Amino acid sequence: MASAPRTLLQKIWDQHEVVAETAETPAVLYIDLHLIHEVTSPQAFAVLGERGLGVRRPELTLATMDHSTPTRTEQIFGGAPISIESAAQQIRQLERNCARFGVELLGLRSAQRGIVHVIGPELGATQPGKTIVCGDSHTSTHGALGALAFGIGTTEVGHVLATQSLLQRKPKSLAINVTDRLQPGVTAKDLILWIISRIGVSGGTGHVIEYRGPGISALDMDERMTVCNMSIEAGARAGMIAPDETTYAYLAGRPRVPQGRQWEEALTRWRALPSDAGARFDREVAIDAAAVEPMITYGTNPGMVIPINGAIPARAGDAAFDQALAYMGFEAGTQLKDKSVDVVFLGSCTNGRLSDLRAAASVLRGRRIAPGVQMLVVPGSQAVKREAEAEGLHEVFLDAGAQWRESGCSMCLGMNGDLVGKGEYSLSTSNRNFEGRQGVGARTLLASPLTAAASAVRGRVTDPREILGH
Amino acid sequence: MQPIRTLRSRTVVLGAANIDTDQIIPARFLTTTTRDGLGQHLFADWRYDADGPRHDFILNGVDARNCSILVAGRNFGCGSSREHAPWALLDYGFRAVISTEIADIFRSNALKNGLLPVVVDAATSQWLIEHPGAEVSIDLPASTLTLPTGAAISFVLEPFARNLLVNGIDELGFLIEHDAEITAFEHGRPQG
Repeated sequence: MASAPRTLLQKIWDQHEVVAETAETPAVLYIDLHLIHEVTSPQAFAVLGERGLGVRRPELTLATMDHSTPTRTEQIFGGAPISIESAAQQIRQLERNCARFGVELLGLRSAQRGIVHVIGPELGATQPGKTIVCGDSHTSTHGALGALAFGIGTTEVGHVLATQSLLQRKPKSLAINVTDRLQPGVTAKDLILWIISRIGVSGGTGHVIEYRGPGISALDMDERMTVCNMSIEAGARAGMIAPDETTYAYLAGRPRVPQGRQWEEALTRWRALPSDAGARFDREVAIDAAAVEPMITYGTNPGMVIPINGAIPARAGDAAFDQALAYMGFEAGTQLKDKSVDVVFLGSCTNGRLSDLRAAASVLRGRRIAPGVQMLVVPGSQAVKREAEAEGLHEVFLDAGAQWRESGCSMCLGMNGDLVGKGEYSLSTSNRNFEGRQGVGARTLLASPLTAAASAVRGRVTDPREILGH
Repeated sequence: MQPIRTLRSRTVVLGAANIDTDQIIPARFLTTTTRDGLGQHLFADWRYDADGPRHDFILNGVDARNCSILVAGRNFGCGSSREHAPWALLDYGFRAVISTEIADIFRSNALKNGLLPVVVDAATSQWLIEHPGAEVSIDLPASTLTLPTGAAISFVLEPFARNLLVNGIDELGFLIEHDAEITAFEHGRPQG
């Protein structure tokens, strides 16, 4: 069975091609796991209803609620009304749709609820070699476990519900080869922001990224998820990392992984997935992890990003660039360091996992956030919340003066009423600094949990290495 | 889905690069369970302020309402996968978007709703951005865009997508026709 060396992407693609693509028609690609949530599914279920179709494989479909869901404990567990009535309706609609079509729902009060991209891996539903889709662009997160995972629109959500398949053209492959290791005080968030600064916000369009090399192998699973999560911020629909012993150790014993002999069989299949030596990529980019510094965004897309001690660049004659700086209230040539912040948000599918909370707590322990700063800590899932509370992290945050909430997307996109005020500066561990993303007129600075915590303490943009003593 | 064969319209120009789907339709309008009526919220934060419509924003002009072709800067539709973005553009009255580069998920969503993504070269894009309101025509079966100068520019759209748009067919019917292959595939896979 001699065959040409194949990439991880090519292997997963080959294993899921129901009907091969031709010059005239895209492939029919089979989907192993379909994650759904309250915001991008109602219109898809409505189409099923209109056409008299059912959900083909409800057991391969998993629903939860996260986007427009409240994070206030009293609105989830205390019987208080959900403050946004249309959001409450959306939540009830998902409950009705899941009941009608036989889809498992990790609902509002489920102990397993959380941000869809946090709970998939946490439950072991996300596995190497799977094709995974969700009506959310940060589905790329799941690629950290060696899956081919990408965001889809609502029409495609309907296609997968009805047929467990999608029509797809095979994307191109982009290898990002990361050598060396991150320095102390520099995180996976800084690495992906650095990568986006190198390839640009559309540098990955039409491609699936495979992050490779010793700088990636050295990352733990939470860090790998942070990297893959923001692939879409470089325009790539999916990012992936070959499964290895770190991946298998993470998955072992999780509730939805194969058990016993089937686990051994799965391991054998998974070990065959990494890209073969000599496999060809359509493009390759080299990144030196040791050169990465703590990064922070200054503009209105994630490519407008600089090292925390750097100065905002100038781009003569670029009106859109100048408009972005005007929106942010910044001037070219000035430093971000020491700019005052009003809000600090720790959470999201990018940085809402346990290790992110631990990192921030390592800075906040025994310290208080600066007067006038509002800090919101929103765990990525109810499981993350429980684990954090078991180690006392919530007390660190509360003692520091931060708010400790129930899980959800929260202030990352401000759908649930967790908002940043007009003109306020938000230092956020989320993934998008678009105009108005966190509230009308809100000004978002994206950075790592370490930078967020350090900046909360000082009330100004702060290099975390100054506080950590690196 | 409305079939598209030809479009002839003056253009509306939003020339900035990297217009993301959060701008096209902000997240607070996504707490809806239908796809109707989103045109009123299209570009809401650029179009309205606390006092109402901003008269200096092009989509509030009388002319824009009669235009069905939007010209946008590079990397249009990046960011969130929300299909509410093409729904809002269509509900407002647009049928085509022209750019040098259109983000993957937005492009896929647009095609599924009869909003035509037209990718052109940098020089053509620059001409269009510098001539807002130019009357252009698009011939989809021929995949050409014709400028008022008479220049006819070819654009690439794969034959499958073009066929669906020209005939107003949606993909779901095509997928359902492959039911037997999907079933056979499911039976031939390792379990677990």
